[in-house]
Amino acid sequence: MTLRPEGLEEVREAVLAHPRLRARAGGTKPALSTPREGEALLDLSRLRGLLEYEPEEFVFTAFAGTPIAEVEEALKAHGQYLPFDPPLAGKGATLGGTVAAGLSGPLRHRFGGLRDFLLGVRFVDGEGRVVRGGGKVVKNAAGFPFHRLIVGALGAFGVMVELSFKVFPRPRATRTLRVRREGLKEALAELERLRLLPLDLLALDLIPPATLELRLGGFEGSVEARLGRLLGLLGEGEVLEEDAPHWQGVRDLAFLEGSPIWVKVPAKPHLIPELEGLPLGPRRYLDGGEVLYAGTAEEGLKALREAGLPHLVLKGTQDPLHPPPPLAFFAKVKEALDPKSRFPLG
Amino acid sequence: MGFLEELKALLPGRVLTHEAELAPYESDALTAYRKRPLAVALPERKEEVVEAVRLCHHHGVPFVARGSGTSLSGGSLPVEGGIVLALNRMNRILKLDPKARIAVVEPGVVNLEVSRQAAPFGLYYAPDPSSQPVSTLGGNVAFNSGGAHCLKYGMTANHVLGLELVTPRGEVVRLGGESLEGAGPDLHGFFVGTEGLLGVAVEITLRLLPKPEAYHTVLAAYPSLEAAGEAVSRVIRAGLLPGAMEIMDRLSIEAAEKAVGAGYPRVEGLLIVELEGPKEEVAAEAEVLHRVLAESGALEVRVARGEAERQAIWKGRKAAFSAVGRLSPDYLVQDGVVPRSRLGEALREIGRLSEAYGLRVANVFHAGDGNLHPLVLYDGKKPGELERAEALAGEILRLCVRLGGSITGEHGVGVEKKAYLREMFSEADVEAMERVKARLDPKGLANRGKVFDPRVEVAR
Repeated sequence: MTLRPEGLEEVREAVLAHPRLRARAGGTKPALSTPREGEALLDLSRLRGLLEYEPEEFVFTAFAGTPIAEVEEALKAHGQYLPFDPPLAGKGATLGGTVAAGLSGPLRHRFGGLRDFLLGVRFVDGEGRVVRGGGKVVKNAAGFPFHRLIVGALGAFGVMVELSFKVFPRPRATRTLRVRREGLKEALAELERLRLLPLDLLALDLIPPATLELRLGGFEGSVEARLGRLLGLLGEGEVLEEDAPHWQGVRDLAFLEGSPIWVKVPAKPHLIPELEGLPLGPRRYLDGGEVLYAGTAEEGLKALREAGLPHLVLKGTQDPLHPPPPLAFFAKVKEALDPKSRFPLG
Repeated sequence: MGFLEELKALLPGRVLTHEAELAPYESDALTAYRKRPLAVALPERKEEVVEAVRLCHHHGVPFVARGSGTSLSGGSLPVEGGIVLALNRMNRILKLDPKARIAVVEPGVVNLEVSRQAAPFGLYYAPDPSSQPVSTLGGNVAFNSGGAHCLKYGMTANHVLGLELVTPRGEVVRLGGESLEGAGPDLHGFFVGTEGLLGVAVEITLRLLPKPEAYHTVLAAYPSLEAAGEAVSRVIRAGLLPGAMEIMDRLSIEAAEKAVGAGYPRVEGLLIVELEGPKEEVAAEAEVLHRVLAESGALEVRVARGEAERQAIWKGRKAAFSAVGRLSPDYLVQDGVVPRSRLGEALREIGRLSEAYGLRVANVFHAGDGNLHPLVLYDGKKPGELERAEALAGEILRLCVRLGGSITGEHGVGVEKKAYLREMFSEADVEAMERVKARLDPKGLANRGKVFDPRVEVAR
């Protein structure tokens, strides 16, 4: 059964009419959005469009089902962008799906991830009540921050209807430097050194075993000069002048195409040697080693679970989140907002 | 054994009950409010906090966690018949791992201490509330403290990666972890800013950032507050993202001058802009900034040459609140937020209200993020003046909501603004918050009487 609400009222009706629901918009993360047995599919793709955008405020509000690409086009016209770099934008990912999954892309290295840019939400909870959290200004400490609660919650607390985000001015020019080291150990040592320097890199990725990609952004002349300094620091490297298409591919997780299972693993540089010992497929560590996106098969997923490493599967399984959220806290919040367990993570 | 006896057995010699010992805990930085607690407990380890909370839960005794008591919203005001958990003795930095770029701290660690300890590694802790030399991270977490750099770097919530906390029912739970990314709901992000209503953080994992390579700090003087506000809009329209933009009015400039002699020009509106980053980028941005300021009608533009001059500029700004104390026996600090483009309008209206109420208002604010800090000056000894000051402050909050902003940018709701939560949120929004509170704290013990208005607070 598929429901296609066109507004807030219809979302409320849908929620109240069905004992189990699962929201989907772009469908780019099928492990999260494919309805399970007995669930009605709530297709949010008609809840689409920008509601407010004041470039000077660095804030916009849009319907949750709005494709990221659509938002970015509007931002670009005013020289702005989404600094957390939502993945899969080129594949049709939407704002709501990105928030529910809690995903950020390679540019998160510069200013932070999704959790640092979401300002407010309006959602329908499990009892059909319309609840707002946060606001539409960049600084706000009023009331319980429901907008942070829903990040990565897989829709457990409600159906998002509207979302407000902070945005920043786009870097005027960018360059990418690719350097190779002898092996994983040397590349990791370099990564750890770079993490401590005030370089303001837009992105710092490790492609195992031994390649690092550094992206710089800013004023044209400054970027050129800083690139020179980086080359001095790192020795030889390959410079990508027109680097946008490359990073678009990274952001769309093109390197996972062909893998049956896609998984996101929160990481840290010191965890990388352990992760590199697991049977994982094509992969890339973003943000100086803070997060891994990997392609794998069943075997890799099993290895992650056995190693006790928390992870989120985006594609290729029925059971995407490990471990489940800590019950002493999570279950109480869930009971407050979705007492009948209409939504995921019941 | 009764509750107090059990508490004293748990914390031998560290339970205060004498009148003179309790007095310093009766109030926080919102000095207009005062309540005497039953006792003050001084735990030294997290196990003791956990056991104390369990004891409170068992006996149905309300508890208020407190650090240095710098809350401007009355967030750590005691509850009569309840206890204060004073966490200042839990002031250890448990781990500072420069490679991982994290610090793990106890709740009683003072904010600035983290940056001090991280400095040898070229790292710092970004949130910088003006209270940072005194305020503790437990309080910063509870109230989602901000500071002057929130537009670019966010608030406390954006810098907390993990928490260990004790729920009001005495359960210990770990939320988040050490990574900047998580898997599953951002429960630690949610906990930050819930003002101690959902439990007590006993261990906090913070992210550290590399210290910027270069700064470019500028003072620009304007003939009016509005002109200073307009300059902020120009800077933003030029596509710049300064680390901080601050505005002070004549009254706060005078107060800051008297207090610390920062050398500010005596004008109607003073704008501080700080750029930071790699030196080449800062130089390029500075060029644009000075072009913009030259066209903004500034009477004078000064650039800080060197770290000493930069520190002098910030010293004046950060001392402004306490300095205003020299101008008036008492004052209320407001903390509303308006969309940046409505700053001029908000300031005009605040000026009008100040005249209408016959009370002076000093303005110091974080212009980059629209966070106003009107200081309403009054004399508590004059009958009715506090009430008038509160009414004026309330009108300012309504104004902020009307302009599309918030009743609090960084101080929290506390006791001070709970009557205004419903001005900003609908009944359904507040009910959802109250339901979460009731589930996690069915007896309503954790920081009772804060955030929600007791007139309508009922167990749901």
